[in-house]
Amino acid sequence: MYLTNARRAATAIALVWGAAASAETITIATVNNGDMIRMQGLTADFTEQNPDIELEWVTLEENVLRQRVTQDIASNGGQFDVMTIGTYEVPIWAKNDWLVSLNDLPEEYDAEDLLPAIRDGLTVDGELYAAPFYGESSMVMYRTDLMEEAGMEMPEAPTWEFIEEAAAAMTDKDNEVYGICLRGKAGWGENMAFLTAMSNSFGARWFDMDWQPQFDSEAWATTLDTYLRLMNEYGPPGASNNGFNENLSLFQQGKCGMWIDATVAASFVTNPDDSTVADSVGFALAPDAGLGKRSNWLWAWTLAIPAGTDSEEAAKKFVQWATSKGYTELVAEEEGWANVPPGTRTSLYENQEYLDAAPFAQKTLESIQAADPTNPSVDEVPYTGVQFVAIPEFAGIGTLAGQEFSAALAGQQSAEEALEKAQALTADEMEAAGY
Amino acid sequence: MARAVTPRRKALTTLAAWAVGLLIFFPILWTILTSFKTEAQAISDPPVFLFFDWTLENYSVVQERSDYLRFLWNSVILAGGSTILGIIVAVPAAWAMAFVPSHRTKDILLWMLSTKMLPAVGVLYPMYLIFIQMGLLDTRIGLTLVLMLVNLPIIVWMLYTYFREIPGEILDAARMDGATLRDEIVHVLTPMAIPGIASTILLNVILAWNEAFWTLNLTAAKAAPLTAFIASYSSPEGLFYAKLSAASTMAIAPILILGWFSQKQLVRGLTFGAVK
Repeated sequence: MYLTNARRAATAIALVWGAAASAETITIATVNNGDMIRMQGLTADFTEQNPDIELEWVTLEENVLRQRVTQDIASNGGQFDVMTIGTYEVPIWAKNDWLVSLNDLPEEYDAEDLLPAIRDGLTVDGELYAAPFYGESSMVMYRTDLMEEAGMEMPEAPTWEFIEEAAAAMTDKDNEVYGICLRGKAGWGENMAFLTAMSNSFGARWFDMDWQPQFDSEAWATTLDTYLRLMNEYGPPGASNNGFNENLSLFQQGKCGMWIDATVAASFVTNPDDSTVADSVGFALAPDAGLGKRSNWLWAWTLAIPAGTDSEEAAKKFVQWATSKGYTELVAEEEGWANVPPGTRTSLYENQEYLDAAPFAQKTLESIQAADPTNPSVDEVPYTGVQFVAIPEFAGIGTLAGQEFSAALAGQQSAEEALEKAQALTADEMEAAGY
Repeated sequence: MARAVTPRRKALTTLAAWAVGLLIFFPILWTILTSFKTEAQAISDPPVFLFFDWTLENYSVVQERSDYLRFLWNSVILAGGSTILGIIVAVPAAWAMAFVPSHRTKDILLWMLSTKMLPAVGVLYPMYLIFIQMGLLDTRIGLTLVLMLVNLPIIVWMLYTYFREIPGEILDAARMDGATLRDEIVHVLTPMAIPGIASTILLNVILAWNEAFWTLNLTAAKAAPLTAFIASYSSPEGLFYAKLSAASTMAIAPILILGWFSQKQLVRGLTFGAVK
């Protein structure tokens, strides 16, 4: 009897041990944002379908994550099997052969359904190197009540001129209401994301076709003058420290008439739990200057697989699951259509249930479609990227230039000085990089 | 003889000490308060201080989302392990420097301290490659070693200053009584230096607990301590201040409690030296 029990126990242990030993663990590095956290909560669906794959999560703040995964992939550290990276990294890393091609995803994945603007930004030489998890552009979010009080009506596609008039009309500094809130904090992904996208609409560009910096152009001067005038006259105090979160906080408290920023903010400012102005927010396309390009950007958080991972097949299964139509339906079922990750698939914007649940959906789609990463500005450019230049040096140069423009906003130097310094430092860095 | 202190002067000094104390403690207090607010209250302007609807929601969300105990356990292992290892290495080193100094001892001590002046990021890449080669990435043993090495100069320096205050004659007497080197260190020196060693241990546990550069860069999922737990709640796109505060409060609570209970020991060790 004892022997039988012992044998049973041994068999059970062996079975458990065997199951544990055969399960493959993949480590996923990701950022801390609402959509990604939601996905972590829904992974039971994936592990039920794939009982032989276990998931481990490493969630980090965006900038820490970026540094951490770059370091790991450049040194072949092998810490991660799936990485969350942005549209800036994908083309650069793909050219370095750091990423696994996803061209062989099965037909039911329907890669053709991915929004063309997003898919193009993730494709290098015909190979798709990352699957978009959610995509975003930028647009104008404005207070419909203040607009009405001012006796104005926001057009679907405003010009910078209109934005300035509206900002002037809505500003009421005595009551701490500022006509416009824009990013001022220095950083390539902070103020330079906004300013680069804005400069496209004024016909400015980072480099000409010979990779010569263009901060000495008339178009950049107009861009920076307009930005500084808007912010100095109608913006909140201390704006040179404001990034996405600071402006979100100001807008939610009813202190901004307009805010031009990421489309993902739409769901935050219309959420009555957090926003005091949730029921009076309108949306419009990012402004233009009549030159045929709007000032909206294009960004997507994507899932990519580092070359050299030991778990390529399992990682692919996960990427496919997380960015599939099925996942969208799962989120809709569990958390409602308004919480579905936006901006990646055409089919989502053909779904009436989604369009009904997310009042900002149509503007998000139009904004994404209006951005062209391969042809971002009025004149031709030698680079891809709307609010960034997809070269490895850009993160450094963009942040240095951003510091100059942030200092100009803080009143520490003039626009001319900031542009001169940005021109000089960009020229130096590019020369050092061998361009 | 102590100088006479007027009540007025005493009151002023006490007031100043409390003011400085509160000023230093305020960010921690604010973090703790924010952890009990809703996300909307956390960013409200003007800020709310005490009169808000206290909620435990952030703690339950954090608890639900992250495996706090795993991070905590890693922190305990890393802080404890690196300190014990550091003490084992540093006691003999400090003994040698304090009681049998050579003419290079001062230089060695200064050189050790100078390694603390090197920006850690300067050696990040070589360290990362060494860790890959040795298979130490994201392991507790690897990180324990690094934290021990990072804090070793401070441990040696602190122990050296305490040992220097122990009269050499006591050790001479022990030697004359036939004590071996081991007996001398274990039975004579160590008991006399207990307050110093205790405060060294406490300070190093705190330093290792709070270390955020190496612990973030050399870990992923398995060996990540509480610093990584906090980092996972920071976000540039989305307001998670209340949840971040809850995560921070949970991360600092154990070390705060340890510091509270051992403050007498810590202050005495840091201010009075070994045998005064």
